[in-house]
Amino acid sequence: MAHGAEESGWKNRDVIDILGFTKNELLDLFEETDKFVEQGSDFGEPLRHKIVATAFFEPSTRTRLSFSSAALRLGAKVIDLSAEVSSLMKGESFADTIRMLEAYSDLIVVRHPSEGAALFASEISSKPVVNGGDGSQHHPTQAMLDLYTVNKLKGGVDGLTYALVGDIKYARTATSFLYALTKFNPRRVYAVCPEALRPRAEVLKRLEGLGLRVELGLELEDIIGELDVVYATRIQKERFPDQSEYEKVKGSYRLARTVMEKAKRECIILHPLPRVEELPYELDSTPHAAYFKQAAWGVPLRMALLKLILGG
Amino acid sequence: MDSHTGNETMIVQRIANGTVIDHIPSGKALAVLKLLGDPHIKGFRVALVMNVSSKKMGKKDIVKVEGVELSDEQVQRLALVAPQATLNFVRSYQVVAKRNVSPPSVVVGLLKCVNPTCITGKQREPVYSTFLLSSQAPLTYVCRYCGRELGEYEISSQVQ
Repeated sequence: MAHGAEESGWKNRDVIDILGFTKNELLDLFEETDKFVEQGSDFGEPLRHKIVATAFFEPSTRTRLSFSSAALRLGAKVIDLSAEVSSLMKGESFADTIRMLEAYSDLIVVRHPSEGAALFASEISSKPVVNGGDGSQHHPTQAMLDLYTVNKLKGGVDGLTYALVGDIKYARTATSFLYALTKFNPRRVYAVCPEALRPRAEVLKRLEGLGLRVELGLELEDIIGELDVVYATRIQKERFPDQSEYEKVKGSYRLARTVMEKAKRECIILHPLPRVEELPYELDSTPHAAYFKQAAWGVPLRMALLKLILGG
Repeated sequence: MDSHTGNETMIVQRIANGTVIDHIPSGKALAVLKLLGDPHIKGFRVALVMNVSSKKMGKKDIVKVEGVELSDEQVQRLALVAPQATLNFVRSYQVVAKRNVSPPSVVVGLLKCVNPTCITGKQREPVYSTFLLSSQAPLTYVCRYCGRELGEYEISSQVQ
């Protein structure tokens, strides 16, 4: 592989968090993704004898469907566990469900509201487990996609100035993106958010230990002119222990067009989607909007990931 | 044993056989005693010395227990309450062995994660809490599953 990572290191690998990957492995993944982006169609069904299981214990649109689409495009079959109609409704444990999926498939994509669920699943299953999001902790494939988008549109990840805007406490995509940046050398990283939605203390401590300093307490208007990447997030209503706290901060940190007009023309906006109020439709037609490309590249990136893990 | 408390000397009777737990952080002697079980039920003799001067620690507590040798699990728990403690094993009034405790690098099934949405807190899931040592001073462990930290106070209150 071009960046020195060993291809054999991907075979049957669990994908639990982004920190488990080296910079070279990520660059190799991006290179594989580029091939699928350029190829467009007719991928030759390299996974035609494989079965991918999707087990989402929380709602999902993009992650579940892009994994399904990626698997189908590579010729794999997809089986989907629907939590609402499965034995989970009869009280089956998560562990027993994973054991069943291990027997029925070659790879399990799992999303669960509990932090650590994907790691636990990987301890149970001999088949590779890919974390599609565990509570407010990790979403590694989203972080891979976010980095890929930056790399593709900006010609690299290093040396850029980033601002994460909105909910950096509960949004696992934001936490994973920060962890992902530790693999590279960003110029500056800001977290623009209300005090109640700042990164969790243990996350900041871990980032600091990994050499990434996150600057807090600034308003977007004060820094917009120096930003290369704005990473917007939805306020995670479903993760607030106290809904009155959500009411206090909802609607804050909306990316107003008047603010984005002060940004560099090349500044891109990423958003893991879905959006609510934080990302107005009027930005969709600006050169800053990169979030639909980001979402679309979710399929080729996950194709590359599945091929590296299951292929060969 | 002579324990110095300022200018005065406190005389504590020697034990014939048992364990002296020295270098307990000041104020933690009662917590250490709880790890050993209730002396009323178990019938062993105990001497507690608290807030004595220590060159190493400034102030320290000491617990002497007659006729008791700590199990491995008790030593592990002790290391979580008093990470700098020293164990002196006494036979016929003589210290026959010494052992420094040290916090284990991994603690399985003993501590509980304080994150209410951690997978280890789920009922009916066969998952053991697993904590990794993050710092010896102050003593800090991190949940392997969710990354949440446990500090000295939480650790101490959980192991008693």
